Amino acid sequence: MTTALILLPLAGALVVWMLPLPGRVAGGLAFVVALAEVTLWAVALTQFDFGRDLQLVDRQSWFSDLGVSYHVGFFGFSLWLAGLAVVVCAAAIGYAWWADRKRARAYHGLLLFLTGAIVGVFTAQDLLLFYVFFEAMLIPIYVLIGVWGGPRRVATTAKFVIYTMAGSLLMLASIIAFGLSQGTFDLVDSGRSDSTWVFLGFLAAFAVKAPLFPFHGWLVDAYRESPPELSAILSGVVSKAAVFGMLRIGIEKFPGPVDDLQEAILTLAAIGLVYGSLLAFRARDLRSVTAYSSMSQMSLIVLGLFSLNELGVNGAVLHSVAHGLVSATLFLLAGMIESRTGGTSDFGVLGGMAKGRPMLATILMTTGIIALAVPGSVAFAGEFLILAGIYDEGWWWAAIGAGAIVLAAMYMLRLISAVLHRARGFDVPGDRLDLRGPELAVLAPLVGLLLVLSAWPASVAERSLPAAEAGAGATQLGAAQPKAAP
Amino acid sequence: MIPTPQVDWLALAPTLALLGASGGALLGSVLVPAPARRGFGACIAFAGFVTAGVLAGVVFAETGSPRELLAESMTRDRLGALAAIILAGVGALSVLVSWGERRRDHAGEYYALLAAAGAGMLFFVTASNLMTLFLGLEWFSIALYILCALDTHRDTSLESGLKYLIVGSFGSAILLFGSALVYGATGELGFSEIAAAGVDDELLLAGLALIVAGLGFKASAAPFHMWTPDVYQGAPTSVTAFMSAATKVAALVLTLRILTVAFPAQEDLWTVAVAVIAVVSLAVGNLAALVQRDLKRLLAYSSVSHAGFMLIAIAANNALGGRALLYYLIPYGAMSIGAFAVVAARERELGVPATLDNLGGFGWERPFLGVAMWVFMLGFMGLPLTGGFVGKLYVLSSAYERGWTWLVIVGVVATAISLYYYLNVVRAMYMRSDTALRPVVAGGSPPRDPLLVGAVALSLAVTVGSFVLVQPLIDLARDAAESLPL
Repeated sequence: MTTALILLPLAGALVVWMLPLPGRVAGGLAFVVALAEVTLWAVALTQFDFGRDLQLVDRQSWFSDLGVSYHVGFFGFSLWLAGLAVVVCAAAIGYAWWADRKRARAYHGLLLFLTGAIVGVFTAQDLLLFYVFFEAMLIPIYVLIGVWGGPRRVATTAKFVIYTMAGSLLMLASIIAFGLSQGTFDLVDSGRSDSTWVFLGFLAAFAVKAPLFPFHGWLVDAYRESPPELSAILSGVVSKAAVFGMLRIGIEKFPGPVDDLQEAILTLAAIGLVYGSLLAFRARDLRSVTAYSSMSQMSLIVLGLFSLNELGVNGAVLHSVAHGLVSATLFLLAGMIESRTGGTSDFGVLGGMAKGRPMLATILMTTGIIALAVPGSVAFAGEFLILAGIYDEGWWWAAIGAGAIVLAAMYMLRLISAVLHRARGFDVPGDRLDLRGPELAVLAPLVGLLLVLSAWPASVAERSLPAAEAGAGATQLGAAQPKAAP
Repeated sequence: MIPTPQVDWLALAPTLALLGASGGALLGSVLVPAPARRGFGACIAFAGFVTAGVLAGVVFAETGSPRELLAESMTRDRLGALAAIILAGVGALSVLVSWGERRRDHAGEYYALLAAAGAGMLFFVTASNLMTLFLGLEWFSIALYILCALDTHRDTSLESGLKYLIVGSFGSAILLFGSALVYGATGELGFSEIAAAGVDDELLLAGLALIVAGLGFKASAAPFHMWTPDVYQGAPTSVTAFMSAATKVAALVLTLRILTVAFPAQEDLWTVAVAVIAVVSLAVGNLAALVQRDLKRLLAYSSVSHAGFMLIAIAANNALGGRALLYYLIPYGAMSIGAFAVVAARERELGVPATLDNLGGFGWERPFLGVAMWVFMLGFMGLPLTGGFVGKLYVLSSAYERGWTWLVIVGVVATAISLYYYLNVVRAMYMRSDTALRPVVAGGSPPRDPLLVGAVALSLAVTVGSFVLVQPLIDLARDAAESLPL
């Protein structure tokens, strides 16, 4: 099952690359594969029992002398993250199909390949396999930005690769040290480690991926120069690989170092939260605002993860899903708006787009309102859980987090008014082209899911970690065990 | 009646098959009518390499514990057999790559020399005393000197041959001098007898140092690499392909053999020395490659850095290291041949040396070769989905197991630097802006060269296949490495 979920998009990618189809057909084929992937994930969801931990396991020895195996399976939280991935990727592929990208076969094949790699990351239960998928994500992203990106794409890819690879190679060194000292690379079989250096190696990779302050230098360029659907995947899904890594590897395998460094990580996250929000408030275009808000929301998620208690972690998982959907929607919207304004989303030349474009206004408004965590929205539920969790570590963390919600309201409202309201912008054409059917079809499911989750946040929040009361021995997922109350 | 030694014909068979092919090709260049010479030579050389590979496979299967043959002058063991299989594979691929070379004359001699060089290498890797070591070394070196200079109508080819001759002879002389000192110190020529002599004085150490340096020349490890970029650049590309893969295999396997068999007592010295050479190679290779524009020079420096990586495995001097080296050689050989084959294809298309500048758009014009080059670059970088990743993992693991975490860090940093120039190649192929895509085509459509494409496809299959099928290859490598006292 899990293997099928990984292999389906990879096989789809091969088919799309190999078959000499015209561009439109190749895009359609890729979209069909992406939809099949979503269906397959839904089937996995029905088979999943949220009361237990690791499930839907496939395991096959890969090379035994180092103790490496192909070992995949799902935890509750990783199933949600994988669901987020397949949905966002399907939307992205659908949008790319509609937008009719050049060299469609290569483009859609790469998107499918990326989907498979992301699902692989969320399912990997072997460190080396995790690394393989983690790096495999980088390959299509590099090409997608480098070939189909904006005018500054080459510099962007260089920066992106330098940041990401510096992190991942440190992680590789850590993986080798961890795996050889444990005698196995398997995440289920291996024990825990007390080495701070090894932990820092892992943390480096995840801090870049998230990104955590001060490792965010690549972020805004990558999100701005990518094709919009790739930005959606990058900020919505790929950044969540860091969440998975921190939870499955960092917090679980390194309880000692995590405890020692908790304050430091929380501090970085808090700085990132406030700093990202301020940058978002100052940013001058739609994509930059979304990029910096993504940075601040990821910092909030890290805050939740490293509260090291069940509330905070549950909140982090819920907020990961919510933020993934929100930021994917916003980036796709940015792409749609850019396609109406001659390629720019600069606030200086936008404005007044609500007039005559009711669908665009409604969707941007809905997403924006959810993003600023209005009570009753899924983002509010996630942030509330995170803040409640982090409160146990110190009220000041919660205060900073709450402050960030105010900042989020500021930059989101500024974004909404800059795009939709005010006088009609210089670059906004007068012909009032609203969102078309295909664009709506791509966005509606994302927004719909946000609304469903808003109505029922417990669906994710209460089903992300194996039940803690099942006993400490039942699961190795250390995060599930609440820390002793102070 | 003169007593004749017991000859183990099976052990000699791979070498003899290639010698026979060489002689046949040479005869063919006299007896066969001129138009058919090229085809005859290529067929017979290809058949020779394939036969040698099959026979080496038989030797591998039939050999249990190592046996010394012919008055202790050579060893029949699985190490030599595996190296012979790799060399034969590399040779066969080189024949395929060579076919499309528009050689006006010396076609028959070319294939004869190629087979002769192969035979010399097969002999060389089984050497078990200093005399046969030197004999084998000169045997294949002389063949290679001529091969480099074979394109007499090109100045660079002559220059390359002469440079290789002078520097290579210098290396051979150093090796010979070292052998003499070792013989002087111990009174023995055989590797295991040298170890058994139990001598440990300055004379022996000086000899050891000179032998390591002499072999370093052949493996093109820094600081003995000065000839590499010039020779690789000047030699006919198909010869470069063969040299870069095969010479490295032969030299590194023999380095491993002589150091572990003949000098186990000096282990604490030579491991450090080899580690230092490895670090210098990594530094020089990677830093110099950063500024190369000519593809063959770039790949030459890349081969210097890979020599560094493989020397790490030798320096580790443990069972994991032996396995690491023998595994690494398989994907490395394939990637090396494949990458130079792609360079050859571009050169034949343009009629000028391939540089990063005239590679523009290559990936889109020749999709298969472009993707293959992409994968080879990924493999050189050591990114997942290629055997290069597993090779690097094993190499770094062996260093870690020895307790040299610093060497792991050096390897990781070197990899990070190498990303820049490998990705430069990808960028040149795919990511030029449209204005830069103005390739200077020699005229007409590119020549069809199914054999070269086939060779690239085979290399690609090995590069990717060695990532998936790690276990069987590692088993082979372990069987081979067990013939050494690691």
